Amino acid sequence: MAIAEDKVLDARGLLCPMPVVKAGKEIATLEPGQVLKILATDRGSVADVPAWAEDTGNELLEWHEQDGIFVYYVRRGEEE
Amino acid sequence: MSETGTIESVGLTEEAVRQIVREELGRAERRDPATKKAAIIASKGTLDFAYPPLILATTAAATGMETHVFFTFYGLNIVHREFESKLKVSPVGNPAMPTPVPMPNLVTVVPGMGPLATSMMKSRFDRKHVASIAELLDTARELGVHLVACQMTMEVFGYEPDDLIEGVELGGAAAFLSEARRAHLTLFI
Repeated sequence: MAIAEDKVLDARGLLCPMPVVKAGKEIATLEPGQVLKILATDRGSVADVPAWAEDTGNELLEWHEQDGIFVYYVRRGEEE
Repeated sequence: MSETGTIESVGLTEEAVRQIVREELGRAERRDPATKKAAIIASKGTLDFAYPPLILATTAAATGMETHVFFTFYGLNIVHREFESKLKVSPVGNPAMPTPVPMPNLVTVVPGMGPLATSMMKSRFDRKHVASIAELLDTARELGVHLVACQMTMEVFGYEPDDLIEGVELGGAAAFLSEARRAHLTLFI
């Protein structure tokens, strides 16, 4: 099932901590309920993005790997 | 009467009660302001030790934590205006450091090895697209991380506030402890 995103963050080629730092900045520009799609190549992001989403009250809707690129869909939460 | 009997008498199973307790604890934890605060001490002044406090501080700030980093002793190098030239790595006494060819650690004291190791590490970081110290400092300030320089060690090293990068506050042990006692996350690096 395809998830419609409101914004895309291209974090490919970036290493820890920048994918999460940039994701934090980008999701702050969205309204609660809107979805940020994140593209990353950092293998650590598999642990970092879900942890970041949980700690910030945002919801990781789905993630998958495709051709070495990790794709995340995070919905901005209501908190804060 | 057993406890289970009491719970059942109000129409709740033990599992339902456990679920309620878990949810309430989760809510209480999320409300605890100390889970949203980080206090980090950066005490080392080498390139390899400049990264961990800045990486953790920017990540903490990006996850919505109020973040304080206290730079003390050699850690002041990280927020010195000349951090680019001050932050180096030394292969001396550091057998864990990767070298292009295997060599006894004694060789690392040869003049020129320090600068060589520093430029090797910088280019290695650059090649892998690791954020630079300058980029991490900019990000930290942009995210509102409190960068605090230890006043006492500044005196000892003869640093003036103008010797430090923009946006650094001054403070002492009491200022750090005042933040740290209200933070679950405290680190000494």
